[in-house]
Amino acid sequence: MSTSKSDVVPVPTMQLQGISKEFSGVHALTDVSLDIAAGEVVALLGENGAGKSTLLKILSGDHIPDSGRIVVDGEAVSFHTPRAARANGIRVIHQEPHIIPHVSVAENVFVGGLHSRFRIYHRGAMVRTATEVIERFGFAEVISAESMGDQLSPAQRQVVEILRALVEDVKLIAFDEPTSSLSDQEVDALFRLIRNLRERGVAIVYVSHRLKEIFQIADRVAVLRDGRFVGGQMVADTKNDDLVKMMVGRDLGDIFVRTAHEPGKIVLSVQDVTSDDVTGVSLDVRAGEIVAIAGLIGAGRTELTRVLIGDVPLRSGKVLIDGEPIRLNSPRDAVRAGIGLAPEERKTEALIMQRTVRENMSLAILERIRRWRFINRPAEVEIVRHYSDKLNIRTPSMEQEVSKLSGGNQQKVVVARWLARHPKVLILDEPTRGIDVGAKMEIYSIINELAADGTAILVISSELPEVLGLADRIIVMRDGRVTGEMSRADATEERILKLSIPEH
Amino acid sequence: MSTIVKSPAQTPSFGAPDSSSISGWRKVVRTVGGQNLSLMAALVLLVTVIGSQNENLFLPQNLKTIGTSVAVLGIIAIGQSVVMIVGGLDISVGSQAGLASVASAMIFTSTGSAVVGIFAALAIGAVVGLFNAVVIVYGRVHAVIATLATFAGFRGIANLVSDGRSQGYTGSDPVFVFLANGTVLGIPVLIWMLALVAVLVHIMLRYTDIGRKTYAIGGNDVASRLSGINLNRYVMGAYVLMGIIAAVAGILLTARTGGGQPVSGSQGLELQAITAAALGGCALQGGKGTVFGTILAVVLLGVLTNGLTILGINSFWQDIAQGALLIIAVMIQQKRVRQRAVGLPA
Repeated sequence: MSTSKSDVVPVPTMQLQGISKEFSGVHALTDVSLDIAAGEVVALLGENGAGKSTLLKILSGDHIPDSGRIVVDGEAVSFHTPRAARANGIRVIHQEPHIIPHVSVAENVFVGGLHSRFRIYHRGAMVRTATEVIERFGFAEVISAESMGDQLSPAQRQVVEILRALVEDVKLIAFDEPTSSLSDQEVDALFRLIRNLRERGVAIVYVSHRLKEIFQIADRVAVLRDGRFVGGQMVADTKNDDLVKMMVGRDLGDIFVRTAHEPGKIVLSVQDVTSDDVTGVSLDVRAGEIVAIAGLIGAGRTELTRVLIGDVPLRSGKVLIDGEPIRLNSPRDAVRAGIGLAPEERKTEALIMQRTVRENMSLAILERIRRWRFINRPAEVEIVRHYSDKLNIRTPSMEQEVSKLSGGNQQKVVVARWLARHPKVLILDEPTRGIDVGAKMEIYSIINELAADGTAILVISSELPEVLGLADRIIVMRDGRVTGEMSRADATEERILKLSIPEH
Repeated sequence: MSTIVKSPAQTPSFGAPDSSSISGWRKVVRTVGGQNLSLMAALVLLVTVIGSQNENLFLPQNLKTIGTSVAVLGIIAIGQSVVMIVGGLDISVGSQAGLASVASAMIFTSTGSAVVGIFAALAIGAVVGLFNAVVIVYGRVHAVIATLATFAGFRGIANLVSDGRSQGYTGSDPVFVFLANGTVLGIPVLIWMLALVAVLVHIMLRYTDIGRKTYAIGGNDVASRLSGINLNRYVMGAYVLMGIIAAVAGILLTARTGGGQPVSGSQGLELQAITAAALGGCALQGGKGTVFGTILAVVLLGVLTNGLTILGINSFWQDIAQGALLIIAVMIQQKRVRQRAVGLPA
């Protein structure tokens, strides 16, 4: 896959050869090979879950690949720590860089650096050197070496991270969605910097969903899909639609076919809801209907679920259950109104890891299995057993600590918690993330069964095949708003992706 | 009629055929708790070592001494356990006990009725606990800071009200005398009080939904909240309960010393209570701990103190021993949890 920029450049700066990485049975990357030459800007594209962040984490030394080689300037290297990656001249600029709030920009840039000349704290010298670097790279308009860390705008924070890279000998810089919080002028400044770096021979990886930018700044595109490298071509030879097709085109096959039901009346009605992170969202879900919300990370989908579960305040708009507006001052209100939520991060937000399967499962129905505040243990055991069987939760006993279960079974415990409550609306945020294929199928089956029983279901998912296989209707969000809605019959991955990606 | 597709590797939910039934030993470990077994082993070891040096350890009189000296600490440590399980901490418990001690004596003196004095002290304990609760939950002050402040504040009130001196004389009142010196079935009332508090709190934690929610909130407050549990109610409840329990300890203190004590007997209790609770298995971040473990820890500490005394060892060693015990116990506990050794401990 090597595309040299010119015949004079002998060896690419970075060569990834056959990189694979798996997490608990989920293959994040499979046999990915990619070369990046000095002075080349390679845009890395792919949907959520395609493997881009895993690849970046391997570049930055946060993950060690299970197999494959990394070759820098012709020499095989392995990074066991982020410091090792940096020592090899590889830097990844993340969206939310770590900034120390109460010290200046100059100190932020130099403190913790690899070859810090400033081991003895010499603030004046730091500021002078930082100012000089800022001017050299054309950031003088954007940032000052003396500003305090906690006063910096998102764009300025990124500049600090970039400066950290620039003051060390950097060979490759990877930008992870750099422009999501930048204004147009700031984006221009960033592109000027990238061109500057390119001229100096730095290799650049640019990860972004904004196809327009990719056409502006990149020399070449590399597309990842389902953890594999599916193709690369020169930007000059590419059109928008080609890119979308490469990101998406796959054999949907028979992931899961939903048994269609006649949906009942509207159970959940979200009317023009606005919170701090979403604007004017309206949607309806009927009894027995599965509505999926698709979109990129940061589109506001999880934020919407937090509003619906009462965790985050509504600034305006109404939420109705069975036609009645409900109070949503706390999750308790939502749960009492008949809403249930299986959050995105099951380990940190849904499960009490050190407690048993039984205790986790009965968490939402404690009021129903008690007599005078004493828990009716036999009733509890009965209910837990019933749902464990129904959902096929594999565990040696219901007294097993939930942390010892596999991801799929953990997720089933969370779902069972809500099943036991017979909610009117069940919201599932990324229900099959990090779960192996077998368990995924079981969960789809469970969701289908729930719908058949008349529950209104809202699924947030970043996996398009899942969305297309499961949903009766699909809603797409972007930047906190709904950008489109379509029925299952009219839906294609391309249509959904186009509504998810900005400026298309 | 379930249409749920089950994965090929299908086994019944519980007791998959290849996992043998839990062996007897493991069952014991699981029921009693690994930590508790270690404590019991340590206790046996301690008793053996000390007892072999000085048989007086086993005299009924000495056992009574151990019992009554740990009663007050034990009661407070149980309350502290509940607060720690929900994820909080109360550094003001000693001061609360002192305040309650003074209140019980002074109200007894002015009304002539021990019962009124006792109930008034309990009520004051609840109010004081509520104050902590409100500052923490609604004032959004971190528990350590809030109770550090009330640690000083409540002590100040106790001293102010009592003029810094022991108050009243309860040595002639039958109720107080019974509490202090009485026995039921040969066992001192103080120990019965400890048992009573222990049993009630244990039942609450283990068998009621209040207890279940307390553990849940300490274990993962986000998950609990998103499941519809009212966090504030149970967090505040823990601190109010602590206040009442501290008041019980304060009342017993009054009975034992014959007068309301603003400082003596209750100073330093907070640190000992936290030590006992942590030694007994309560994690600082919450979600873990049992009444049984705390009592074991309290007994262990009591035997240690008593043992060192009857062996004639310098009493300063007691503090060192207590500190060493706590560090070793928590280190063992953390080893089990298996965190990576990076940065500050969780």
